[in-house]
Amino acid sequence: MTQTLEPLSEIQPEPTEPRSRPRRIALVASKGTLDQAYPPLIMASTAVSLGWEAGIYFTFYGLDILHKDRFENLKVASLANPSGPIQLPNILGAVPGATAAATKVMRKWMSDARFPTIPEFIEMTRDLGVTFFACSTTMGVMGVEKSDLIEGADIAGAAAFLDYAADADVSLFV
Amino acid sequence: MKGNQRYEQGEAMTVQSNPTGVTTELDCSGLLCPLPVYKAALVLNKLEDGALLRLVTTDPGALEDIPAMTRQRQDTLVSVEEGADSQTFLIRKGIAS
Repeated sequence: MTQTLEPLSEIQPEPTEPRSRPRRIALVASKGTLDQAYPPLIMASTAVSLGWEAGIYFTFYGLDILHKDRFENLKVASLANPSGPIQLPNILGAVPGATAAATKVMRKWMSDARFPTIPEFIEMTRDLGVTFFACSTTMGVMGVEKSDLIEGADIAGAAAFLDYAADADVSLFV
Repeated sequence: MKGNQRYEQGEAMTVQSNPTGVTTELDCSGLLCPLPVYKAALVLNKLEDGALLRLVTTDPGALEDIPAMTRQRQDTLVSVEEGADSQTFLIRKGIAS
């Protein structure tokens, strides 16, 4: 049984004139937990699917999302995370193994939903031309080398990102 | 299943389904945001202007997402049908003249 929704004119206004330049989103990814790594990658992959340009500035723990040895093993915090996948009294969040257990649960959720992993999202967004900025200060402070990062990451400072973001229509900090 | 196979469902198929031309079919049943938009865009990027895509989704968010996608991409949403557990969108690439 199917039913046609409201008239299309209400869903989709008259198409606008072609734009002089594509829309652009500039994202900052500042967190390195599994749950916080997804949103900037989801937003960026959606933006390029809409025909926008997208760039993500990976800074502080967010740089782990570009780290070859770490991006497959991002974790969900069990401590101080009342929304975590395992509902525990906070004190138990510090028990050895609790972080691993919470991570395992979230991985299973994602896998059951046939949702891409973080490395798969990186590949999808890179293939679509998303710009990856790797924060040079984070690399210096945390001892991360260019060879530690996935291919295609541009090492850049805040000025280079702001130069990109100055022409963005949407900017988000995650 | 491992790796990319998990979201590889929904390979585009080309079928002869209307008198004037070819409609490409994409079934994104079971896939959550942003995958229907992502996969539809991959197919639309390869189509000629004026070509048709029939997209099936089950993510309830798609009812808002697909019209937003066609608006942003400046493609044309020809029709939307809502079934009991799925939605079917007919999309024409580009702006109809």
